Amino acid sequence: MITVERNVPSIVPDFGDTKPTTRKLAIICSKGTLDMAYPGLILANAALGEGVETHLFFTFWGFDIITKARLDHLKFTLLGNTATHVPQGFGGLPGMTAMTTHQMKKQIADVGVPDIREMLGQIVDSGGHLWGCRMSADMMHIDENDLYEPVEGIISAADFIEKTEGAQLLFI
Amino acid sequence: MSVATINGTEFHVDAEGFLTDYDQWDQALAEDLAQAIGIELTPRHWEIIAFLREDYLAEGETPTLRRTAAGTGISIKQLFELFPGKPGKKMAYIAGLPKPRGCV
Repeated sequence: MITVERNVPSIVPDFGDTKPTTRKLAIICSKGTLDMAYPGLILANAALGEGVETHLFFTFWGFDIITKARLDHLKFTLLGNTATHVPQGFGGLPGMTAMTTHQMKKQIADVGVPDIREMLGQIVDSGGHLWGCRMSADMMHIDENDLYEPVEGIISAADFIEKTEGAQLLFI
Repeated sequence: MSVATINGTEFHVDAEGFLTDYDQWDQALAEDLAQAIGIELTPRHWEIIAFLREDYLAEGETPTLRRTAAGTGISIKQLFELFPGKPGKKMAYIAGLPKPRGCV
């Protein structure tokens, strides 16, 4: 056997390989607007890139994010969102939501962030877990066939809590 | 800025150990950096490293995982296999570049 002597740098970054991480992140996505879908997906993606086991639970309006027929059509509205600093009356004008949605999608694309479908794909490719909420599915008469394929299952809140034992939890 | 010593040669690095001088990097050094974090470089790894260095020169910033996957045709899944745990940071480290700062 030949042993090759390698030179080890005197400063090596800590990538966490010496102490296996038990860190877990659970993200509950409860909103179905375009602007409220991204935060959970971006954080999930960031956590996965840091080697953190990540589970997303889609519930109530958040179900739109993983519903095949809807995930490409999430919208952004001025209504009820004072942070746009536009008089609320404008938000109700015909075509306004379509316009603001188009504008936000463009801004998101401009910073190199993919659309919702691609974001979900990237999360799954990075080892993330997607779960649908049983109660929401029953309420909306949705089953697995209606969902983005990589969703692992429709589970109860209790199941999700069990799967994410010890996880840090984020409700969006 | 700190200095890391490898085989008697000094390299400029940041507080964590990432190289700060693009031109101090060469392939032999990459081998040592990879070895230090437990990665044995294969042709696939080299392909990625070459893309990272080229893209950094062109864009002035370390490409993210998504950009690297798009630029090399190597899937994100494979990037996680080649650089396990924290692929974005590990790739950057071996390629002698700063950590990627993009979110996606």
